[in-house]
Amino acid sequence: MLLTRKAEFSASHVCANPAWSAEENAAIYGANANSHGHGHNYVVEVTVEGEPDPVTGMVFDLRVLKEIINEEVVDPMDHRFLNREVPPFDTVIPTTENIAQEIWRRLAARLTVPNARLKNVRLYETADLYVDCGS
Amino acid sequence: MQLTSRYRFVASHRLNTAALSVEQNAKLYGKCNNPYGHGHDYVLDVTVDGPLDASGQIVNRAALDALVETQVLQRVDHRDLNTEVEELQDQVTTTENLAVTIEGMLKSQWTLPARLMRVRIAETARNAFELETEN
Repeated sequence: MLLTRKAEFSASHVCANPAWSAEENAAIYGANANSHGHGHNYVVEVTVEGEPDPVTGMVFDLRVLKEIINEEVVDPMDHRFLNREVPPFDTVIPTTENIAQEIWRRLAARLTVPNARLKNVRLYETADLYVDCGS
Repeated sequence: MQLTSRYRFVASHRLNTAALSVEQNAKLYGKCNNPYGHGHDYVLDVTVDGPLDASGQIVNRAALDALVETQVLQRVDHRDLNTEVEELQDQVTTTENLAVTIEGMLKSQWTLPARLMRVRIAETARNAFELETEN
C-alpha cells in the first residue's frame, strides 16, 4: 500500500555552473541562470510503501512523517536562498532534479522502520513541471 | 529519475465512424457525435526518463519545450482534429487515438538524450488517458 504526504516550501535559487561562461549557462538554463536568483513555491509529495501495521492499522505514522518532512525539508529550505543557505546547493546546482535527489537522501536516512520504505519523492517546481525520484 | 512537463492546447473534434450508421453513431457517441463538433481544453503531460547530465538535468527544458511545440502544439492547437490533423484523418478522434497520435508525433522526431516514457492527455478535468511508451 502507498501513502503520500504533501508539503510546500518557497525558496529561491540560481541554476548556473561557475565553470561555464555566462553564455553557456544561459543556453542551458535560460532565465534560471540569472545570478540574482528567482523563486518558486515548491510542492513535494512523499510516498511511502508498506503494509498496515496489524495493531495500529497504519503504514507509517503520519504525524511522524510530517515531523520528518518538516525537519529535513521545510524547516531548512522554506524561505531560503538554496545556493547560499542550504548545503549542498552551495556546490550542487539546485535544479529540480538535484533538489529532489537531496530530499530523497534526507528522507531515506530517516525512514528506517521495518515495515515501510520510501517509495517516491515528487517535487513540483511549478504546477506544470515536476520530477519523480523513486526507488 | 523522471521529469514531467505539462502543456495545454485547445481543439475541436467530433466522434463519428463511417463503420456505423447515423443512428448507431448517435447512440454510441452521444453528444460527442454532434455534427457541428465541439471543443476541449486538452492538458498534455510528457514524461521523460533518464540519468542526470552534466548540468544536473534529465533533459534541457528549452529543447523539450521546442520539440513539443514544433511536433505537437503547432499542429493541434486551435485546430479541428477531424479535418486538420493529417495523422487522424482515417481515425475516430477519441482521446485514446489522439494520445497514440501525439506519441507518434513526438517519437518520430525524438532527438533528446532522455527517453520518452509516458504521454498523458486529459480531455477534461474528469477524463485522462495515459500511454506508456515502448522503446
